Amino acid sequence: MIHFVILVSRQGKVRLTKWFSPYTQKERSKVMRELSGIILNRGPKLCNFVEWRGFKVVYKRYASLYFCMCVDQNDNELETLEIIHHYVEILDRYFGSVCELDLIFNFHKAYYILDELLLAGELQESSKRTVGRMIATHDRFVEVAKEEASSIGTFIAQVRM
Amino acid sequence: MALSGMRGLSVFISDIRNCQNKEQERLRVDKELGNVRTRFKNEKGLSPYEKKKYVWKMLYIYMLGYDVDFGHMEAVSLISAPKYPEKQVGYIVTSCLLNENHDFLRLAINTVRNDIIGRNETFQCLALTMVGNIGGREFAESLAPDVQKLLISSSYRPLVRKKAALCLLRLYRKNPDVVNVDGWADRMAQLLDERDLGVLTSSMSLLVALVSNHHDSYWSCLPKCVKILERLARNQDIPQEYTYYGIPSPWLQVKTMRALQYFPTVEDPNTRRSLFEVLQRILMGTDVVKNVNKNNASHAVLFEALALVMHLDAEKEMMSQCVALLGKFIAVREPNIRYLGLENMTRMLMVTDVQDIIKRHQAQIITSLKDPDISIRRRALDLLYGMCDVSNAKDIVEELLQYLSTADFAMREELSLKAAILAEKFAPDLSWYVDVILQLIDKAGDFVSDDIWFRVVQFVTNNEDLQPYAAAKAREYLDKPAIHETMVKVSAYIIGEFGHLLARRPGCSPKELFSVIHEKLPAVSTYTIPILLSTYAKIFMHTQPPDAELQNQIWAIFNKYESCIDVEIQQRAAEYLALSRRGAALVDILAEMPKFPERQSALIKKAEDTEVDTAEQSAIKLRAQQTSNALVVTDQRPANGTPPVNQLGLVKIPSMSSNADHNSTDQALSQENGTLSTVDPQPASADLLGDLLGPLAIEGPPGTAVQSQPSVIPGVGGDSNAVDAAAIVPVGEEQNSVQPIGNIAERFLALCLKDSGVLYEDPNIQIGIKAEWRVHQGCLVLFLGNKNTSPLVSVQAIILPPSHFKMELSLVPDTIPPRAQVQCPLEVVNLRPSRDVAVLDFSYKFGNNMVNVKLRLPAVLNKFLQPIPVSAEEFFPQWRSLSGPPLKLQEVVRGVKPMPLAEMANLLNSLRLMVCPALDPNPNNLVASTMFYSESTRAMLCLVRIETDPADRTQLRMTVSSGDPTLTLELKEFIKEQLCSIPIAPRAPGPVSPAHPVAQPTSPAAALTDPGAMLAGLL
Repeated sequence: MIHFVILVSRQGKVRLTKWFSPYTQKERSKVMRELSGIILNRGPKLCNFVEWRGFKVVYKRYASLYFCMCVDQNDNELETLEIIHHYVEILDRYFGSVCELDLIFNFHKAYYILDELLLAGELQESSKRTVGRMIATHDRFVEVAKEEASSIGTFIAQVRM
Repeated sequence: MALSGMRGLSVFISDIRNCQNKEQERLRVDKELGNVRTRFKNEKGLSPYEKKKYVWKMLYIYMLGYDVDFGHMEAVSLISAPKYPEKQVGYIVTSCLLNENHDFLRLAINTVRNDIIGRNETFQCLALTMVGNIGGREFAESLAPDVQKLLISSSYRPLVRKKAALCLLRLYRKNPDVVNVDGWADRMAQLLDERDLGVLTSSMSLLVALVSNHHDSYWSCLPKCVKILERLARNQDIPQEYTYYGIPSPWLQVKTMRALQYFPTVEDPNTRRSLFEVLQRILMGTDVVKNVNKNNASHAVLFEALALVMHLDAEKEMMSQCVALLGKFIAVREPNIRYLGLENMTRMLMVTDVQDIIKRHQAQIITSLKDPDISIRRRALDLLYGMCDVSNAKDIVEELLQYLSTADFAMREELSLKAAILAEKFAPDLSWYVDVILQLIDKAGDFVSDDIWFRVVQFVTNNEDLQPYAAAKAREYLDKPAIHETMVKVSAYIIGEFGHLLARRPGCSPKELFSVIHEKLPAVSTYTIPILLSTYAKIFMHTQPPDAELQNQIWAIFNKYESCIDVEIQQRAAEYLALSRRGAALVDILAEMPKFPERQSALIKKAEDTEVDTAEQSAIKLRAQQTSNALVVTDQRPANGTPPVNQLGLVKIPSMSSNADHNSTDQALSQENGTLSTVDPQPASADLLGDLLGPLAIEGPPGTAVQSQPSVIPGVGGDSNAVDAAAIVPVGEEQNSVQPIGNIAERFLALCLKDSGVLYEDPNIQIGIKAEWRVHQGCLVLFLGNKNTSPLVSVQAIILPPSHFKMELSLVPDTIPPRAQVQCPLEVVNLRPSRDVAVLDFSYKFGNNMVNVKLRLPAVLNKFLQPIPVSAEEFFPQWRSLSGPPLKLQEVVRGVKPMPLAEMANLLNSLRLMVCPALDPNPNNLVASTMFYSESTRAMLCLVRIETDPADRTQLRMTVSSGDPTLTLELKEFIKEQLCSIPIAPRAPGPVSPAHPVAQPTSPAAALTDPGAMLAGLL
C-alpha cells in the first residue's frame, strides 16, 4: 500500500502531503526533512526508487516538482511510478498544462483530485475520464451553492431596500 | 485557472511566496495564525464561507511545516455542515490534519455514519473517503456493516461502491474481525464478476488483503481472478478509458496477479493451464518501446508475472525463461529496469535452484556494484551476497574488498560485514580467510565491528597450521606507517600469542617485535593499551634466553602504567610486573590461550537477524525472544577488561580432550581464587544463540589468569577432575528448547489422509514427506530442509518400526548445509495388518543445542488399502459367507464425532474405503469396500457396514468383515479411531509429543495368530 504521498519542489518547499498511515505531527516533519534531503540530492539519470527505512520511495520529477510515494518493500515499484504519472496527467487535464503555480494556489484542488484517485493507500480509479467527471461534479456543486448564497444575499438586500 | 476562487487565501499564499527569507515567512505565518485564532474565538460572527477559508489557510500553514495546534475542532465541525462546499472542506481538511488516533475524530463518528447511510450520494462519497483514509479501530467497529452494505448492494452507483470497497479494506486493516470470513467469501467472489472496472480494481485490492490472511477461505475467487487476468491480457471487452498507453489497466493486472500469489497452488488443471498461457504471453510478449510510460506499465505487469511464476514454481522451462529475461534486464541501460532485474534475481535465488544460471551473470552484477546509483549498488551487493558459494567466493569477496575503498560511507559497514561473513562461510582455505579479514580491517577499520576481529582471533587460535601464517601477516601490517587501531589490536594479540613462531625470520626477534608494536602505543586508546601490555608480557615470557635490555624496557613500561588512572591498565601492569619477577612460573601463567570452543559465528547470527526473509521471520522473532536475556549478559563486559574474545558467540560442545590441561589449570586458578565464583558454569538453558560467557571462554584471556596471586600457583594442575566436570557444558539439559511450529499431532493426522505435506517444522528445520504406495509396499521420501544460513550438524534419523513393517531408511547425512534440502527415501513393506505406527526418532544439533523429536510416520493402515467398488451381486454373497467372529466383528460405537452422513462418507472415502451407494436399502447406513494388501494376507477384500442413528449422531453400529481375523479386528479399531472424537494423539505442547505409540508393545508373534488373545489385549 501507499503510506504517504509528498509533493516537494526543487527548493525543498512542500506542496502537498497526504498520509495514509498514522504518523504523528513530529514524525511527519521528520519524514519530510529526511526524504527531501535524500531525493533532491539524487542526480538525474538514476533510477526512480530509493530504499528508505525498510520502505521504498518511488519518485519522479516533473519540471521543478518531485512527486514521491512511499510503498512497502514488496510492492510493485513500476506500478507506483505510473500511478504518479497518472495523477500528473489528470492534473494536467484539469488545469490545462499544469505548472507548480497552479498547485500552489489551488492546493485544495490537488487534494480533491488525489482523493478521487487514491483511497486507503490504494489506487481507486484508473480511468482519467471518470476522475475528471467526478471533479467536474464537485466543482458544479460548489458553484451552485455559491450562486444560491449570492442570490439569497441579493434577495436579502432587496428586501432591505 | 490560477486562482483558488478564495481571494483571502490567494492573497495569503502570494504573501508567503513574496517573503524574502524564512524569518519573514514565519512572521507572516504567525500573523495569520493570530488572525485565524481570533476569528475562531467568536465563531458566531463567522459565515460558512469565512470558516471554510480559514480552515484552508490552516491546512496550508500546516503543509508548510508549521505547528497548528488549534482549529481542529472547527475543521471537524464543518463536517456536519448541511451544504456541500463546507462539508467537503471539513472532510478533506480533517483527513489531512488529523491522524486516526486523534480524539476529535470520535466526535465525528455519528455525523459520518449519518452521511454514509443517508440518501445523498455525494455525502456518502465524502464520508467514505475520509474513513478510508484515516478511519481507525473505532470507525471499524461502528461503521463496517454499513460500508459492507454499500459495497454489495447493486442499487448504489459504482462511484460509491468503489469507495466502499477501499474503505472496507481500511477498516479490515484496522480490525480484521470486521469481515466475517465465512460469510464474506461468496460475496467477494460475486464482486469479482463486477463489470465496472473501477469497482473491480478497488475490490481486487480488498481481495489481496483478505487472501493474504485467509487464502483457504477464498478458493472460489481463484478461477475468477484467472478469468479477469485472461480478459485483461487479451484485451477483451476493456473500455478505452481503462487502457493506459494501450495496455488494459496495468494496475488491475498487477493486483490480480498479486492476489494469485497468495494461493499456495492452482490445483484445477484447466485453470492452471489458462493461467500459464496468460503468463507465457506476458513473459514473451513484452517488448521494450520508446514511450517511457508504456514501457513502465508493461514492465510493471511483466515483473508481477515473474513473481507469480516464481511463486507457482512453474516448470523448469518457464523458470529459465524468467532467468533469461532477468539476465537481459540487469544489462540494460534503463536504471529502473536494471534495479528491478537485480532485485528480482535476488528473490529468485530464494525460491528456486537457479544459482548456476545466475552465476553466468556474475560479471554484469559486479559492474552494477560500481553503478553511480546507490539504490542499484545496494541491490547488486545483496544479490552478490546471496549468490555466493564455495565456487565463486574468492572472486566475489575480492570484488567487495576492492569496492570497499571507494564505497560510500552509508554502505561500508554492511559491505564489510557481508564480506567477512562470506569469507568465513566459504573460505577455500583458512589463510585466505585471514588475508581477507586483515585487508578488511586495513581498508575499512572504522566499519569493522569487534565481532569481526574476535572471530579471526578465534580461528587462528583454534588452527595450529594457521598460526605462523597469521603471525607473519600481522607482522607485515605492523610495518605499515599508519594503521587502524583495530589492526593494532588484532596484530598485537596475534603477535603476543604466536610471535615466537616467527623467531627465525628476519625482523622477528622478540626485541624487534616488541619495538614495532610499542611504536603504536602512543596513538592508541585506553581500550587497546591492556592488549598491548599482555602482548609485552607474552613477548617477554617467550624471550629465551632472557634479554636484559628488553626486560628493562618492558619493566619500565609496566612501572609507568602501574600508576595509570585507568584501573584496568593499572591492574595489568602491576600484575605483569609482579609475575614477571617470579621467573619460571610466568611460563605457566602466560601460556598460550587454549582453543576456543566451537561457536556459531556471531557475524552470521547478526546477518541472520537482519535478514528480511519472510520465511524466516517467525524463526527470527522466536530467537529474539529467546536471546533477549542473554543480550543483557553480553553487555556486562568482564570488569577486568580482558579482550572480550569470549563474547564471540555461543559455546558449543567444547572439544575438551585437546585442551583439558589448560582448562583445568586456569579454571582451578580462578575457582580457588574465588573471583569467578559468581559465574554460573552453565549457559542459561533457554539461550540458543545468544552471546554468552561460556565457562570455557571465561578463563581464557590472560588478564583473568594473572589475577591469581603467586601463592596459588602451587595449586596449578591439581584437582583437574572436578574442573573437568564443571566445564563440560551439559548439552543434554539444553535439549529441545526449540519449539515446533504448528501442531505435530495435527500435521500427522493430515498426513494420514494425504500423501504429501509437512511432518514437522521448527525454526531450524522443516521435514516434509512425500509418499507413494503400491499394494503392500510404499516409498516415503523425507525432505529435510535446513532453514538457516548455517549448517545443521549431527543429524540423525532412526526409525523405530513396529513388527509388522519392514523399513529401510537410506543414509541420512550427518550435516545439512545452510538452506539446503536433503531427501531420504524410506522403503516400507507391510508384513501383516496392524494399526501400530512407526516412529521416526530425529535429532540434530544447532549451535550448542541438541534437538530431538519423535515423530509418528504416516505409514498407517489405510495406506495399504485400495478402494474397490463392489456391486450388489458380489457384496451380499461375500457378506453372508463371512459369518460372525472372528472374521466378522460388530460393535456399537459411542462417542462418535457427530457429522452428517455425507461427511462420514467423505471421511471413509478419504481413508480409501470406497462407499458403495445404494447397496444398503436403509439411507442411514453406509456400506464400503476396499482391498487390503500385506505380505501375509496378500490382497484381501474388506467390507464395512455402518448403521447410523439419525436421532443420535454420536453413536453407530459398525460391522467389519474380511478373510483374516487380525485384519478384521485391526480395521475395525482403525475406523473407530477415525470416527471417534477422541483425539488419537495426546497434543503435547512440547516438541517431543511423547511420541504416542512408540511401536506399541508389539504383541508376540503367537498373539498375532490368536485373535482371541489380541482382542483381550486391546479391548
